[in-house]
Amino acid sequence: MNAFLLQYLPILVFMGIAAVIGSAFLVAAFTLAPRDPDPEKISAYECGFNAFEDARMKFDVRFYLVSILFIIFDLEVAFLFPWAVSLMKLPHNTQVFAFWSMFTFLFILTVGFVYEWKKGALEWE
Amino acid sequence: MNFWATPVGWSLMTVGGVMAVTVGVLVSLAFLLLADRKIWAGVQMRKGPNVVGPFGLMQSFADFLKFVLKEPIIPAGADKIVFIIAPLITYILAFGSWAVIPFAPGWVVSNINVGILYLLGVSSLGVYGVIMGGWASNSKYPFLGALRSAAQMVSYEVSIGLIILTVILLAGSMNLSTIVEHQAGGFWNWNMLGGGGWKNWPLIVVMFPMMVIFFISALAETNRPPFDLSEAESELVAGFQVEYSSTPYLLFMIGEYANIVLMCAMLSVLFMGGWTSPIPLPFLHLPFWLSEVVSFFWMAVKMGFWFFMFAMVKAIVPRYRYDQLMRLGWKVFLPTSLVCVVAVSAWRVFVVGS
Repeated sequence: MNAFLLQYLPILVFMGIAAVIGSAFLVAAFTLAPRDPDPEKISAYECGFNAFEDARMKFDVRFYLVSILFIIFDLEVAFLFPWAVSLMKLPHNTQVFAFWSMFTFLFILTVGFVYEWKKGALEWE
Repeated sequence: MNFWATPVGWSLMTVGGVMAVTVGVLVSLAFLLLADRKIWAGVQMRKGPNVVGPFGLMQSFADFLKFVLKEPIIPAGADKIVFIIAPLITYILAFGSWAVIPFAPGWVVSNINVGILYLLGVSSLGVYGVIMGGWASNSKYPFLGALRSAAQMVSYEVSIGLIILTVILLAGSMNLSTIVEHQAGGFWNWNMLGGGGWKNWPLIVVMFPMMVIFFISALAETNRPPFDLSEAESELVAGFQVEYSSTPYLLFMIGEYANIVLMCAMLSVLFMGGWTSPIPLPFLHLPFWLSEVVSFFWMAVKMGFWFFMFAMVKAIVPRYRYDQLMRLGWKVFLPTSLVCVVAVSAWRVFVVGS
C-alpha cells in the first residue's frame, strides 16, 4: 500500500471505532433495559388516535426539486475546489485566463439559477 | 528503526489518537450539553440543571445512564434494520469527520491533503441518517420531519461549500493544517479579517460577512434553533426522531451535538486561525510540549466561544418559518456567497497576483 492511501487509513479506523462504540450503546440498551412491548406502545405516533394508513405517502414535489438543485450546485462547488487550490500557484497571465474561464462557468450557472428563480422553483407558499 | 514507523507502532499510535479524540469529544460533549442548558436557563433567568453533582456538573452522565436503562421501542410498522442503522450512521459520520480536525500543530488523526473536501462530503452524507430514520419509522410526523430536515440541510450545504471556497482561495490549500498555518502570526492574519496581513485588509468587507453567513448556515445545517424546524414542537413533535427512544435516540442526539461542536471547530479553523495565538508570543520561548498545549488551549477557547454563540442564538432568536428558511438559504446566502467567491478570486488574481 502506498503512503498516499495510508493517510486515509486512520479515518477508516476512526469510523470503525465509532461504529463499535455506537453499537455498544445500542446493545447496552437492548440487553440492560426492560422490554415489555404491547400493541399500543409500538403503534405509530399519531397525536392520540390510530394511524389512518401507511405513512409513506405522496409528498411535495418541491423537496425533490430542492435535492436536484442541491446536486447541481454541490457539483459546481466540487468543480471549483481544485480550481481554487491551484489558482494562486499559476503564473499571472495563466491566472487571469483561469479566472475568466471560471467566471464564464459561474455565469452560465447563474443564468440557470436566475431562470429557476423566475420560474418559481424557489418559492414556498 | 524507529518504533513508531513499524506497523505495530503505527497502529498503536493511530488507535491511541483515535481513542483520545473520541473520548475527548464525548466527555466535552457531556459538559457542553450542560453548558448549553445552563446558558439557555441563564438567559431565561432560571437556574438550569443544578441537582446532580456540584452545579449540576454530572447531569449529562445521569442522563446517559437513564438513556441506557430506558426501554428501546421499535414501532410495529417500522423497517427494523433501517430503523436501528439510521442513528448508528448519524453517529459514525459525526465522529468520522473529527478525524481531520487539527487541534494543535501535528495533533490530527489523519492529516489528509483534501481535509476540507472530506468534511464537506461527510456532512453531506449526514442527510442519510435523517432520511433513513424518518422513512423507517413508518409514521407521518417522522416522515414529514425527515423531508424537511433533509431539504434544509441540503440547502445550506451549498452556501457552506461556496464559503469554504473563499477560504481555500485565500489559503491556497484544502489541508486544514495549512489553512491554519496560513493564518498564523496574529489576529490580523485571520481569514475573517481578510487573511494575509495588511495587504489583504480590504477583503474584510467580504470575509467577515462570509464568517457570519457560515455561522448561520452552520445553525441551519445542524438543525439548531432558530432553524430547528424539524422538531418544531407545535407542528412536527420531534421531527424524524419521534419514534426513537433509549440509546437509538441518544445516538441521534450525540451525533447532532458532535456536529455542532464540529461546526465550532470548523469556524475556528477556517476563520479564526485555529490553534494559532491571537497575539504572537515569540518572546516566551516555550518548550515544545508546552507550546503544543498552549496551541490546544487557543483552539479550545475559540471552539468554546463559538459554542457559546450557538447557545446564545438558541436562547434569544425566535424560530423561522419554513418558507423564510428556504428563501434565506437559496435567495440570500447562495447569491451572496457566489458573488463573494468571484470577488475574492478577482482580488487574489488582479490585486495580489499582479
